[in-house]
Amino acid sequence: MMKALGNFKDSFLWYSFKRDKIAIISLLVLVLLVLIAVFAPLVAPYNPYDPETIDIMNSEIPPVWDEAGEGAFLLGTDSQGRDMLSTMIYGMRVSIIIGLGAVALQAFLGVLIGLFAGYHGGRLDSFFMRAADVQLSFSYLMVAIFMSAVLQALVGVARFGDIAVPFLILVIGFSQWPQYARTVRASVLAERNKEYVEAARVAGFTSTRIILKQIFPNTLSPILVLSTIQVANAVMSEAALSFLGLGMPIDRPSLGSLINSGFEFIFSGAWWITALPGLLLVILVLSINMLGDFLRDVFNPKLYKG
Amino acid sequence: MSGVLLSVKNLYKHFDISGGMLDQIKFSRGKFHRKKTLVKAVNNISFELEAGETFSVVGESGCGKSTLGRTIMGLYPPNAGEIRYRGDRIDSLDHKQLLPYRKKMQMVFQDPYASLNPRKTIQQALEDPLRYHSPQLNNGEVKDRIDEVMLQVGSDPQWISRMPHEFSGGQRQRISIARALIIDPEFIVADEPISALDVSIQAQILNLMMDLQQQRNLAYLFIAHDLSVVEHLSDRVGVMYLGTMCELSETGILFEQPRHPYTQALMSAIPKLEGGASSHTRLKGEVPTPINLPRGCVFHGRCPYVNRRCIDEVPQLCTLDDGRQVACHGVEEGRI
Amino acid sequence: MSKLLEVKDLVIKFALRTGEVTATNGVSFTLNKGERLGLVGESGAGKSVTGFSIINLISKPGYIASGEVDFLGENLAKVSDERMRSIRGNRISMIFQDPMMTLNPVLTIGTQMTETLHQHNPNMSKEEARNIALDKLCKVYIPSPEKRLAQYPHEFSGGMRQRIIIAIALLTGPELIIADEPTTALDVTIQAEIMELLMELCETEDMGLLLITHDLAVVGQVTQNIAVMYAGSVVEKGLTAQVIANPQHPYSQGLIAALPQSSKHGERLNQIPGMMPTLKDIPPGCAFNPRCSHVMDICKTETPCLRLGENGNLVACHLYPESE
Repeated sequence: MMKALGNFKDSFLWYSFKRDKIAIISLLVLVLLVLIAVFAPLVAPYNPYDPETIDIMNSEIPPVWDEAGEGAFLLGTDSQGRDMLSTMIYGMRVSIIIGLGAVALQAFLGVLIGLFAGYHGGRLDSFFMRAADVQLSFSYLMVAIFMSAVLQALVGVARFGDIAVPFLILVIGFSQWPQYARTVRASVLAERNKEYVEAARVAGFTSTRIILKQIFPNTLSPILVLSTIQVANAVMSEAALSFLGLGMPIDRPSLGSLINSGFEFIFSGAWWITALPGLLLVILVLSINMLGDFLRDVFNPKLYKG
Repeated sequence: MSGVLLSVKNLYKHFDISGGMLDQIKFSRGKFHRKKTLVKAVNNISFELEAGETFSVVGESGCGKSTLGRTIMGLYPPNAGEIRYRGDRIDSLDHKQLLPYRKKMQMVFQDPYASLNPRKTIQQALEDPLRYHSPQLNNGEVKDRIDEVMLQVGSDPQWISRMPHEFSGGQRQRISIARALIIDPEFIVADEPISALDVSIQAQILNLMMDLQQQRNLAYLFIAHDLSVVEHLSDRVGVMYLGTMCELSETGILFEQPRHPYTQALMSAIPKLEGGASSHTRLKGEVPTPINLPRGCVFHGRCPYVNRRCIDEVPQLCTLDDGRQVACHGVEEGRI
Repeated sequence: MSKLLEVKDLVIKFALRTGEVTATNGVSFTLNKGERLGLVGESGAGKSVTGFSIINLISKPGYIASGEVDFLGENLAKVSDERMRSIRGNRISMIFQDPMMTLNPVLTIGTQMTETLHQHNPNMSKEEARNIALDKLCKVYIPSPEKRLAQYPHEFSGGMRQRIIIAIALLTGPELIIADEPTTALDVTIQAEIMELLMELCETEDMGLLLITHDLAVVGQVTQNIAVMYAGSVVEKGLTAQVIANPQHPYSQGLIAALPQSSKHGERLNQIPGMMPTLKDIPPGCAFNPRCSHVMDICKTETPCLRLGENGNLVACHLYPESE
């Protein structure tokens, strides 16, 4: 363990990280946000899921720095009288869970398909890559809208709230696997003909073993880079779906549905209900994307900065 | 134990490089045709290799020598012909049936930087094949075997927890050899094992290979383009040109007096240490592509002794009085 | 004979993140007009860096720390970039190991050749440039050069490409050609042809050749003088025939003895133990001392300067008495 730590301290990754201010700041912001999200019940002043703490009389109170603000609600309240700060923290938690869950699903499907299609080639490869092309030529929003409409009709709007999280994970996860499959396939094609793979074949290992134990570890760095970007994308997709009213219901809001719920009040002067969760979403996605850019530059220095 | 270890008979290996169905369809003379483009890498190769012997295959790049080695190792399935190991056919076995032969036949590769998995420690690289082939060994026995092989290839057993990038090319090549040796094979295909190394390191690896051969009675199929190395190391040599074997003989007589015109040109091109103006035989033209093989003798386009028969008829290997085999009409007819 | 190129005490350093390393440590050699010099050494000995530094092509963290590169009386280590551009590719040409490094894959050979000419002489007419290009292609024995001018690099074989590179190097009638491992990627039969061609051209065009290679046999065949490099220093230099027949420095001795040609068939080769140190950890004293069989106490502390060995070779080794 100590040796691994020592190795890391000598590594190029750590060396470049120490010299990249943007990466350091992004990581700090991201870690802070994730910690807040994880410990939401401890950090948040109120529990927005508990109807007893909500008083409709407190609705649309502006943030404290406004003249009409109240000390009890640091960032004001929304139209239902929920504390904005607490709602945003819980909303970010939901967003992050969906983002990570969706990426885990994408990665699992995409990596597995990419590895086997890339290594075996031939018909298997053609089939999955054409499937990926077809999938990418659909707008995932269209599919999501369709599926969510069907599901809401089937189980009813009330119960839809309970299954919204796994549903969003599934929709976003299934719609994005081709990204992983293509990336992994490309690096498998590069690794497949290297001599260490031939040496493993000469040693008599089965192809499944070679794929998982020899080739897979060598595709990890592109997977890592892609994953950071995909988490940011998944968080945004979730926000987009929720904003359209197809995602998280308003009583268990994610950042996207918060933005949506405040949108109708923006012209009545209660800008904060939309703007603050929007800002948090931007900060969250930006810090993930900046880290992703940094990792991409380190692992693939030949790539041009876009 | 001696006797024939490996015998290869009329081996062919062609690669289809025409891509998918759509790429293969060609339009000509008002019709669509499905046309395959084949690289004819190995054509009608036959030879035998005895236990404990070093048989070298030399030739220039693209002559099919590496493909030959890989086909013998079962990395590519042959298109036609037979490969026998101690009399058993091994060219059309499935994965399971091949396993016992994998234990006996191993391979050492050219590029010491690509032949070790960059994400595996040396220990993992050595341990995996050993445990796979001998699952009955306990941890202590595995460790003993790894230590023993590391010492044998002249590496420090303490190094096994390191990653490949911590080693120089020569050390990596030692570890590659250790990986091949760990399951105790009796036959090793060595594909240009020293051509990526520096001169002083080359000598170390060659010495190591010769020592190991003595200790373990290994047989080598040594694939190389460096003729001086081949001359030093091998018992017998086969010279390949464009996928075919043009001359096959004991090392001494081959280097003393090459008979095939291509072998002659090849030998004369070796730079001599003593210097002086080179007097190499110039070949006209260039090596044709293995996609469109010349008719008749593959060398006829560049051969100074070419005649009508060479253009029309493919020469077969025939044995001369001194035991060497030459595939040349000119030699057969006594013209050369 | 007059001096063409004189490299004096060249020190090249690389500023790496882990600190500064010395790539060459006081390299000196002289190349006379029309002469061929071989710079021999294993990878990492600093031979390529030396070659690149002559035409100021060392890539970034590397720089010339001290020393002179005297080309016909001009110190190339100090000249401006602009002046260097007028010398590089004009009076000094370079040939690399990989022809595709120099050739642009999307331009025809003809375009690349005439453009090189125009760069150095903007007033030249198209017709004139084409004629010169044709003439040089003939010089390197490219069959049907007229047709070849219109072709792209990928239509040529490796050997042909290297011939074209040589033709491009010849375009401006240079006085010096630096060839960095020009035949390492080629087959023996083609290597022999290319080397023969280079030798012949040096004679007919009266050019100097600095041949950088690891292959002693090639150097033996092509060059008159040789400098053997080890870990950033020249350890032995002199007439090629002398150095190869009677090497003085233990490293040159080991290098030659390690060749398979030097041992009897099937016998163990005379290997040099150990390996060349990386630039980061060159031992104090003589860099070769941990691998040397004649090592003495002085070798571990004092770096030997060049001194006269037998047969007039200059050797950097404490085994030989220092000349005054």
